[in-house]
Amino acid sequence: MNEATKTHPELSEIFNQDEARVDWHDETLWWIRQKRDKSAHSIPEWERLRETASQIKNNVLSGLAGYLTTFEKNALANGIVVHWAADAAEHNRIVHDILKRNGIGQMVKSKSMLTEECHLNEYLEEQGIDVIDSDLGERIVQLAKEPPSHIVLPCIHKKKEEIGDLFHIHLGVPAGTSDPQILTETARQHLRETFLTRRGALTGVNFAIAETGEFVVCTNEGNADMGAHLADVHIASMGIEKIIPQRKHLGVFLRLLTRSATGQPITTYSSHFKKPRAGQEMHIVIVDNGRTVQMGREDFRASLKCIRCGACMNTCPVYRRSGGHSYHTAIAGPIGAILAPNLDMKKYADLPFASTLCGSCSNVCPVKIDIHQQLYKWRQVIVKEGYADTTKKIGMQLMTFTLSSPTVFRTAGKAGRWVLKHIPFAVNNKFNPWFIHREMPEPPAESFGEWYKKNVKKNS
Amino acid sequence: MSRDKILAALQQNQPELVPLPPDLSFEKDETIDLSAKFKAMAEGIGSKVYEVADAEEIKRLIALDFPDAKRILSNVDEVVSDGIPAFILDADPHSYENVDIAIFKPRLGVAENSALWLTEDLMGVRALPFITQHIVMIVDVAALVPDMHTAYQVIGDADYGFSTFIAGPSKTADIEQSLVLGAHGPRSMTIFLCRF
Repeated sequence: MNEATKTHPELSEIFNQDEARVDWHDETLWWIRQKRDKSAHSIPEWERLRETASQIKNNVLSGLAGYLTTFEKNALANGIVVHWAADAAEHNRIVHDILKRNGIGQMVKSKSMLTEECHLNEYLEEQGIDVIDSDLGERIVQLAKEPPSHIVLPCIHKKKEEIGDLFHIHLGVPAGTSDPQILTETARQHLRETFLTRRGALTGVNFAIAETGEFVVCTNEGNADMGAHLADVHIASMGIEKIIPQRKHLGVFLRLLTRSATGQPITTYSSHFKKPRAGQEMHIVIVDNGRTVQMGREDFRASLKCIRCGACMNTCPVYRRSGGHSYHTAIAGPIGAILAPNLDMKKYADLPFASTLCGSCSNVCPVKIDIHQQLYKWRQVIVKEGYADTTKKIGMQLMTFTLSSPTVFRTAGKAGRWVLKHIPFAVNNKFNPWFIHREMPEPPAESFGEWYKKNVKKNS
Repeated sequence: MSRDKILAALQQNQPELVPLPPDLSFEKDETIDLSAKFKAMAEGIGSKVYEVADAEEIKRLIALDFPDAKRILSNVDEVVSDGIPAFILDADPHSYENVDIAIFKPRLGVAENSALWLTEDLMGVRALPFITQHIVMIVDVAALVPDMHTAYQVIGDADYGFSTFIAGPSKTADIEQSLVLGAHGPRSMTIFLCRF
């Protein structure tokens, strides 16, 4: 089934067929949101930390070209090979070339949302290179032939019984195994073998420090380090926006990142890679893939401040009830919905509408991105550019007509209330696109205008 | 060339320069008991913490806690003994795949999250703190700092090839958010808080 052509409402409907699962998904993510709150509230200076992080990122965006060249200079001096990729295709080619030159046919990869965005795995597989994802959640979705549904919790949509089934088929655990302890131990053994036999490792980058030319990779599992330190060739892929100016700024970001993500005080490992070890090759691929265009969109450039903590997903009432796959893009949730239209406005025209605009995402964002305001602004851009779906377009035109004439407005209001009261089935049916995803409101006895005429005018 | 294209596009599109925040100093609670806070955080994320008087006690506790350990390697001279051999360098990191216990003395410990700062020169080889089944950290109380800001002040512009903050045993909660210790790295972390 090709789900790429389906929209967020259509994909959500598929997810919502299993109500018990939706409830479980919703509650699990809300629990993580609560852990985030508890962790954040334990830091009295939390709000100042967020503000400081936001200011540092604003400075980064305003001086990014300079920071990138400083980073490059220092990384080169450290003995790291630096590559630049304009788009996903160039990134993938660069990675393939490095592997080919070193005669590497199998690679182990730790979590990197950028490589998801670039569809690196599919590309390398076409070139005959075997890629194994080493983050447990990513390995699980890889075995299931699915993309991750959450940037921090890749298989949050899966039940342990389903994971047991996958491990039964692929890793040989007895049928019916569902104990997370046993499943994790199985993956540990399987991936340890992988780490010990792979000569090429690819990691993502959480932060790249201009001042020192080093980069920091954060994991809880230790998979990035197991891959990188055992491989002859370490490739690190980073978006241009991963730069921070100075090492001391890590103090701010490392305090915010996991507290926002899962409520942990810090990840188990925050590894600082500065120079390749003796005999090892270390490469960094710096990727644009639309980011410089987003930088030029004044209303949307702040989206480039994102540090990929996932807090906006955990708190989002729409994400929690529609699941990550309903966003049909590598980065789901509110932040994904403001990043994706920049890459392909037509394909992702539905995403900025996948929100109630409640603003919770902006409130938990550790770098203070105005996510919900950008969602609202994208809607306007998308309608103006003609990418809104037809129903929405007709609806908007009808509203414009109704709202621009007081007489039409009054008549329409009266008619609406009458219909809701006397023949509700006329609108509570599948031919009304509004009703498909919502309950129709209780009709009020009278409009505000009528009430005002009766009460206020009479009394004055 | 993509490099020049990217840089030119940024020059064109990036906003006018805004300054960095001038002040990165965050208020600190000076009354805080660093070792108590560190210990509470470490235990909270699954580490085992002992407060010890001397190296002999550490050796005794390691023998007691890990009776089945076959291969132990110490990067800390004070605890090297007949049962705890000193680390010897083998350039091939794969040769450490059967290590049961590796012992390190990190440079810094951060009270707010129990993260321990271990630079490459104290690791033996980079892979060792990750490939070992269990990790033992000997932490001098004098090396504790309250938070990450202070940690980076102390680190300053130190040079290293590789360095890492390690907080607790490796772990995952990827399966239905059930916490499991021992993902790909060490299954346990034992910390000896000492004054030497």
